[in-house]
Amino acid sequence: MSLNIIVLAKQVPDTRNVGKDAMKEDGTINRAALPAIFNPEDLNALEQALRLKDANPGSTVTVLTMGLPRASEVIREAMFRGADGGVVLTDRVLGGADTLATSYSLAQAVKKMGNYDVILGGRQAIDGDTAQVGPQIAEKLGLPQVTYAEEILELKDGHIVVKRRLENGVETVKAPLPCVVTVNGSAAECRPRNAKRIQKYKYAASSTEQTKLDDARKALIAARPYLNIPEWSAAFVEADPEQIGMPGSPTKVKAIENVVFTAKECRRLDGSDEQLEDLVKELIANHTIG
Amino acid sequence: MANFYTDNPDLKHHLSHPLMQKIVELKERNFADADKFDYAPQNFEDAMDSYQKVLEVVGEICGGKIAENAEGVDAQGPHVENGRVVYADGTQENLDLCRKAGLMGMSMPRRFGGLNFPITPYIMAADIVSRADTGFENLWGLQDCAETIYEFADEEQKERYIPRVCQGETMSMDLTEPDAGSDLQSVMLKATEQPDGTWRLNGVKRFITNGDSDIHLVLARSEDGTKDGRGLSMFIYDKRDGGVDVRRIENKMGIKGSPTCELTYKNAKAELCGSRRLGLIKYVMALMNGARLGIAAQSVGVSERAYREALDYARDRKQFGKAIIEFPAVYEMLAVMKAKLDASRALLYETARFVDIYKAYDDIAKERTLTPEERKEAKAFSRKADACTPLVKGMGSEYCNQNAYDAIQIHGGSGFMKDYACERVYRDARITSIYEGTTQLQVVAAIRHVTTGTYLSLIREYEAQPVKESLKGIHDILVGLTEKFEKAVQTVTEAKNQEYLDFMARRLVEMAGNIIMAYLLLGHAEANESFTKSCEVYTKLAQSEVDKHCDFIANFSPAQIDCYKA
Repeated sequence: MSLNIIVLAKQVPDTRNVGKDAMKEDGTINRAALPAIFNPEDLNALEQALRLKDANPGSTVTVLTMGLPRASEVIREAMFRGADGGVVLTDRVLGGADTLATSYSLAQAVKKMGNYDVILGGRQAIDGDTAQVGPQIAEKLGLPQVTYAEEILELKDGHIVVKRRLENGVETVKAPLPCVVTVNGSAAECRPRNAKRIQKYKYAASSTEQTKLDDARKALIAARPYLNIPEWSAAFVEADPEQIGMPGSPTKVKAIENVVFTAKECRRLDGSDEQLEDLVKELIANHTIG
Repeated sequence: MANFYTDNPDLKHHLSHPLMQKIVELKERNFADADKFDYAPQNFEDAMDSYQKVLEVVGEICGGKIAENAEGVDAQGPHVENGRVVYADGTQENLDLCRKAGLMGMSMPRRFGGLNFPITPYIMAADIVSRADTGFENLWGLQDCAETIYEFADEEQKERYIPRVCQGETMSMDLTEPDAGSDLQSVMLKATEQPDGTWRLNGVKRFITNGDSDIHLVLARSEDGTKDGRGLSMFIYDKRDGGVDVRRIENKMGIKGSPTCELTYKNAKAELCGSRRLGLIKYVMALMNGARLGIAAQSVGVSERAYREALDYARDRKQFGKAIIEFPAVYEMLAVMKAKLDASRALLYETARFVDIYKAYDDIAKERTLTPEERKEAKAFSRKADACTPLVKGMGSEYCNQNAYDAIQIHGGSGFMKDYACERVYRDARITSIYEGTTQLQVVAAIRHVTTGTYLSLIREYEAQPVKESLKGIHDILVGLTEKFEKAVQTVTEAKNQEYLDFMARRLVEMAGNIIMAYLLLGHAEANESFTKSCEVYTKLAQSEVDKHCDFIANFSPAQIDCYKA
């Protein structure tokens, strides 16, 4: 059975190797000082996608990323590791998006791609650490979702069986296809870049990048369509201008402060509605939230 | 995680040598593959860019997983289960990574699934792998054996075996036997021809690296009743056919991850590779030259590792109120380590380029007749490669042992403990000056290039290269050393006494090596200022070595040889 697999990936600043220049005076990230990398858990997701492709010959793995035009680096990186191609969703009007606007925009792009069996993504990105985008996309597309996936155990007869890594152990769940799976960092590491694929795909370029190339390179890309990385605009994916970018983002950053944690507290609840309600009230009262 | 390619700018410098243009054009036949294979280069810049990008992957894997796994691999090692080798977990993981990254069959032609890389970037990958895990370099580097199949097997055999190597199957070269080590003419493993044209192998091999490989090259006696090298042929044994079992794995001092096996052949089916009787005298000699260059790369990787371990420690460790690197006794040791490392690496890549050019011509000669100029050039480079291979294997492996020794010395008592990597590096280094021909045997191969003048003419070529004003002093010193070397050679050869020549051979070969490596560093310093210090330090070393040897020879009478006999 051949599958159409979409992998959601994000180019993020490498917050794992934070030096003294990592933050600006105002507390925002100094992107210039941090190298842009493939979000680590998205690489775990890519590996799960490539394993599905290995097990189901004829399948295709397409990477979808939203960001600046240079996010095409993520697509090339994925091609070097085994993906068939990808799309960069890039548009000025998409800038400043919070998780709600991001998931709407990506969901629109997924709809445009159409014809998918599985959508895989990392659990969360290391720049925002929200873990909201994957689940929100599932909601917007009306698809079932499996989060914290560690391993895809089986995919057949229109369903997928996934092992989830939870706080106190593992859980195996079954979901109908198509569905959204977000993959945990504890899943298998992504395979390395492959020497032949690097040589085959290294000249892959997005439309923006192609405008800066010489004629010889343009001719090469024209002769080898797999080297073309499409760029999609908000209009192309038929996104409602009110639901994208700044206008579509209810999250407003009021202020950013440097916080030094002085206490580390942990409280365990049994999960009853009453306890949860009490906790929320308490957190609102002490201004932790709200 | 470190990237062992990008964190070492010297590698890019060596890869960017001007001779690469010629090498790439020959190897790529003016880029004839560009339209046939989607991963073939379009032009020289494209090819060079690909080598770098692939070496970045090698550097990433090596600086990451392979380096991380090295300690565990050393502790766990491989074992035998029912006649089969089970690698250490880390070794298996390393192999899987290299397969997935497509780093097998790197120098094989694309029509067999290879990357068609020249020897130079391939040897650079070996240098990097060895820095991460010296023992793993053996397993990975045995892909070299495919070169022998490519050069000497028939087309049908090439089509059957080479693609398997490119996909990641491992190889071994089964040469040594209990009574045939350095003296391979005594190989006894018996090969018997069958009516169907296949052969059966019976006997025992010993000290076989990766002896449970998928595809073996086996040296065996095909001519019944013969006793010398002319009765030996080369065979290919396919593990899928069965008949060869691993009796035991040696318990070694170092490179513990690399299984060194004793093999028993019980009527094992095999096929002839190339022509009968040429096994030792032609094929093994070719195989050995490739393998020796591989060990030279392994040695340079060890030197790099030893130097870095020592440098890091010397910067960190404080005694008497300051970092120990600030003491002359320590910084001198480090500077000499770096000079030996840089000198052996310079000779390594110089040799690799010589090999690249003559091998590319050899390969082209299979497709068309070479022009007289091409033939002449091929011959000149082949001669240079023949001369430099034993030199870089011999001196490079001795240098890496010296560097590993000094790395421990700089660590002091801590270096003697199992807590630091330098102790493993020291054990791993030791074999490099022994296998694929001991240093003493490298001298045997090299001495004829002293007496016939190959080294001297190479030195003259380097001498003729212009240098900038600031390096003229070094150039003058090297001209002076060459005069002394010539005089010493004259003294020894004029005596017409073979034993005297054999006795002095190592001194003469080392002098040639010292001068050649100093000239190479001079050339690199000319092109890239970062080599200036190493060039200065190595020239000092060369000066004292040459003077020492010349003194010894000048004050020695052949009659005194008897005093050295037990």
